[in-house]
Amino acid sequence: MANARTIADLLRHHEGEILGEWIRLQQQDLSIRNNLLKAGEVEQQCRDFLGALIAGLESGGATADVSTATPWAPVRDLLSSLSRSRARQGFTPTETATFVFSLKRPMFAIVRRELSAEEFAEESWTLTTILDGLGLYTAETYQKGREEIISRQQQELLELSTPVVELWEGVLALPLIGTLDSARTQVVMESLLQAIVDTGSSIAIIDITGVPVVDTLVAQHLLKTVAAARLMGAECIISGIRPQIAQTIVHLGVEISDVPTKATLADAFAIALSRVGLTVTKRKAATVVQVAE
Amino acid sequence: MERIPILKMGKFLLVSIQIDMDDRTAMTLQDDLTGQIVKHRAKGVLIDISSLDVVDSFIGRMLANTAAMARILDAETVVVGMQPSVAITLVELGLSLKGVRSALNVERGMELLQRIATDIESEAADADDEN
Repeated sequence: MANARTIADLLRHHEGEILGEWIRLQQQDLSIRNNLLKAGEVEQQCRDFLGALIAGLESGGATADVSTATPWAPVRDLLSSLSRSRARQGFTPTETATFVFSLKRPMFAIVRRELSAEEFAEESWTLTTILDGLGLYTAETYQKGREEIISRQQQELLELSTPVVELWEGVLALPLIGTLDSARTQVVMESLLQAIVDTGSSIAIIDITGVPVVDTLVAQHLLKTVAAARLMGAECIISGIRPQIAQTIVHLGVEISDVPTKATLADAFAIALSRVGLTVTKRKAATVVQVAE
Repeated sequence: MERIPILKMGKFLLVSIQIDMDDRTAMTLQDDLTGQIVKHRAKGVLIDISSLDVVDSFIGRMLANTAAMARILDAETVVVGMQPSVAITLVELGLSLKGVRSALNVERGMELLQRIATDIESEAADADDEN
């Protein structure tokens, strides 16, 4: 493409001018975002991107598909790292894509000045297609970056939300917080069973105070956990059943009568202690007794 | 064919499964065990499966059946040392081994058997007193 050659040459020739104008525009737009991004950083990103864009045009990418073609690979790499880092820094998708779109104004100003009207009409189409493609690519990678963050957080939540605590020698507690789905039940079950082996506990209290809804599926998951613990030789007590949950369980006809249930963790703990042969007694307060006499 | 040894400890029988059981070994074990319960008039059977990493539905059912047979022969069965992964597999297979008692390790299992045996004896003594 002869045209692409000339447009690439033209841009290369005026690279400094375009860059200066573009950075000025960006800094105007991003003035609110100054706290998130350093000026030097923006300049560096602009310079790298413009350089890569012109190199892409020079290597014959004018007619190629920007989201797949080889000449645009360096530009794409640049944009993915940029949009990912901006996604992490808390930029909106619009702000991130504007990075590419804002190049149009200074670039077209130069092209218009240097080319005849007819040439300009033709070239502007090529440039618009490329820049739009790159802008959309940026938005897409931004989205991907956000999705990665979400899935990582989900994973972290999964790991965080299932602690098994030892209340007393031989008594474990598993405070469940949040909804129980199959994936979580698996994690809960594994960590509980491992803790039973590690501590040699014979009683585990599953506290469901933090479980918002108990439907048939959640109840089934709970019963599975209880059955698995029983197979290992440990008994389970379910505690923290709120009045609404007791109502739901009965209305749904869920059969959990095989498992001892208690309203509060304290009640369950008292039962657990008596099962392992321990009692809690009040210490004799000598002074109080004397006063009473 | 490999045979799983059955050891007699007082009133109880101890079976420690340390090899991966195939179906024939399992059936032979069932035969041997029922025979030994009758021969020694055992009051309890302790099956240690701590070395088993994999338990399929057949072995799971075999354990449940063995417990049922032992109960008919007046002996309680305690399965001890089940691995967490095995417990999860059995539950997922829908085999919660109802009627089989379990304990964390051999020591706890023996305690449990002894407790059951004393309970049964004292019940029998009470019944005698009433008569």
